[in-house]
Amino acid sequence: MTTMDPTVEGAIAEPAGDSDVPKGNHLPGLSRICGTTGLTVDLTAQKFIQLNAVAAVVCLLIGGVAALLIALTRWPAVHLLPAEWYYRMVTLHGLSMLILWIIFFEIAVLYFAGTVLLKSRLASATAAWISYVMMVVGGGMVAVMVLTGKADVMFTSYAPLKAHQLYYLGVILFAVGTLIGVINFFATIYIAKRDKTYKGSVPLVVFGAITAAIIAVATLLHGAAIYIPTWLWALGVIPNMDPAVYRLVFWGLGHPSQQINVAAMVSVWYLLSAITVGGKVLNQGVSRVAFLFYILFINLASAHHLLVDPGVSAGWKIWNTSYAMYLAVLASMIHGYTVPASVEVALRKQGHDKGLFGWLGAAPWGNPGFSGFFLSLLIFGFIGGITGVTLGTEQINIIAHNTLRIPGHFHSTVVGGTTLAFMAVTYYVVPLIFRREFPLRAICKLQPFVFALGIAMISFGMSFAGSYGVSRRHWDIEFTGATHAAGYDASVHVWLAMVGIGGIVAFTGLLMYVLPVVGAVFFGKKIDGKMTPW
Amino acid sequence: MGISAPPADWFKAPSGTERAWIGLALLWCIVLTLAMPYWHFKGKQNSTGEAYAVEPAKFAARVQSFVASNKVDEKNGIPVVEAAPGGDAYLQAQMWTFYPILKFRKGQTYRLHISSTDIQHGFSLLPINMNFQVLPGYDHVLTITPTMTGDFPIICNEFCGIGHHQMTGKIIVTE
Repeated sequence: MTTMDPTVEGAIAEPAGDSDVPKGNHLPGLSRICGTTGLTVDLTAQKFIQLNAVAAVVCLLIGGVAALLIALTRWPAVHLLPAEWYYRMVTLHGLSMLILWIIFFEIAVLYFAGTVLLKSRLASATAAWISYVMMVVGGGMVAVMVLTGKADVMFTSYAPLKAHQLYYLGVILFAVGTLIGVINFFATIYIAKRDKTYKGSVPLVVFGAITAAIIAVATLLHGAAIYIPTWLWALGVIPNMDPAVYRLVFWGLGHPSQQINVAAMVSVWYLLSAITVGGKVLNQGVSRVAFLFYILFINLASAHHLLVDPGVSAGWKIWNTSYAMYLAVLASMIHGYTVPASVEVALRKQGHDKGLFGWLGAAPWGNPGFSGFFLSLLIFGFIGGITGVTLGTEQINIIAHNTLRIPGHFHSTVVGGTTLAFMAVTYYVVPLIFRREFPLRAICKLQPFVFALGIAMISFGMSFAGSYGVSRRHWDIEFTGATHAAGYDASVHVWLAMVGIGGIVAFTGLLMYVLPVVGAVFFGKKIDGKMTPW
Repeated sequence: MGISAPPADWFKAPSGTERAWIGLALLWCIVLTLAMPYWHFKGKQNSTGEAYAVEPAKFAARVQSFVASNKVDEKNGIPVVEAAPGGDAYLQAQMWTFYPILKFRKGQTYRLHISSTDIQHGFSLLPINMNFQVLPGYDHVLTITPTMTGDFPIICNEFCGIGHHQMTGKIIVTE
């Protein structure tokens, strides 16, 4: 990492006349030099990174409370919520986590990668405001509609199940706001290139962020293609929504949006590998081509959601879930090698060279930025990757579709992977962007382990319960009051108890993240020079 | 480092263990790609997605005529209907039941037509755990051959409103 003497806020970072080092394009008085890293931080970008990160954490907390209530309802011995509120909470949880928390955080990541790492200013403060306000208003509308019982339709809102039209409008506003944020990011890359604020190719982390942003554009266009007609249908303008077409186009949004998460998460892995252990990328070309594979092939994963649907032929199913789809899997397998390898190489160079795994034992496990990132890598790669590839098989999908095996899979990718990686990077965002010290540091250091344990329990419990056929999004495993008696193998009680207890552990881990973050942002000691190292 | 600009000559062919890993991973991806179509022909349980457009009301009428001509029993007021071996059987999903109770013979093959007359539902057969999507407007045809006898509950596993967890049905398989 470059080391520079911290200078006063607003000073020009580079000595005049030095033609070797590219100059930033910051507006006078609107940048500062980071006292810890020596990087130039654009103050406008900093404000919007902060705003989006705060909104993200608020949504995470809301989604987390919903998650705890859901887990305690699925645990048969507790069975906490009444049916109506259970379904409502599942809807709220899906939206606040999968959409609001993650996308707010991703916009913050994009603004960071586009400005700080490229020594550029943010292209437009106005666009950033419009984006942010639309996202907050849209997200708020969605939450209100769900909580007032006008949108008990689950995250997927499969037509012809219908919500209040304002629910769809809320989603559209949020998506357009996101799109404006993404365009602002591209505009930032453009002005950075135009003003020559960086030399040669962009850093790998920025490349990954660009990957995420490109997938985001494709995803949001699919979102428009499905939510706008659905909104018009809810308004009565369009008479019918074809359920099969809805599912096809919806998953053009639903699955690639998880690939935005993957690309953003992998970028954060490279970022944290660099920050926490000085990890060096083995081969820039390999890592970049792997990112490129995500853009080219990942949309095919959408077909996995239709593997047991009527209306799409076996040929379509096989074609779309094999061939190039596996090139996207290949991309993850490459990152799953290159990221830990970058850590290994760095740690071995620092002298931790004992045996095959001596470097791993010597890694800075007390640094939550490192432990969170590495646990995210392990959970995403081993649990998420393996479950994902198996569920995407034509025959296995017959015994897995809509069972708890599905959320068992994506809790290990989106939560154990992306969310944990975003939590880990927060341990640097708060001191470096908010410039506040963390209180309760012992809790922070433990947090990634607690959260990872909880998520792993949830994921395993769901996957095993699902292998007995236990349905997802289902309130009563006893089927009380049903016309025909039905039920599951008694052993599912054990797995569902594991989900419940895992939910409590993960929620504890979530509070161990949110409370120190809130404590730091509002009451933390101000940092003027260097942050206290973890 | 991932956060700083790479050297100008960053594009290099992979080497050493990284190259070996990429080779192995690619090989595995090729195996998986070929396994998918192979198993479709070799495997005995596939989702062909065979389906026909049908108006919900017309499908309900087909179910009614199927019940009228093939009813063999009644349980709690719900007809038990036995399809002719090799023939068509109809199952109607609606908020919040599967209608009627179906009766099959072990070892015989049937064409099971499933559709919904209202919103999306999920056909989940317990305890063997087979799951298919049920959509209104689509007559989803499963060609099935029961290999075990007994009573098999059907549950709905696509959220379909407040009564979703009470939506069940039944298939009876006899010798």
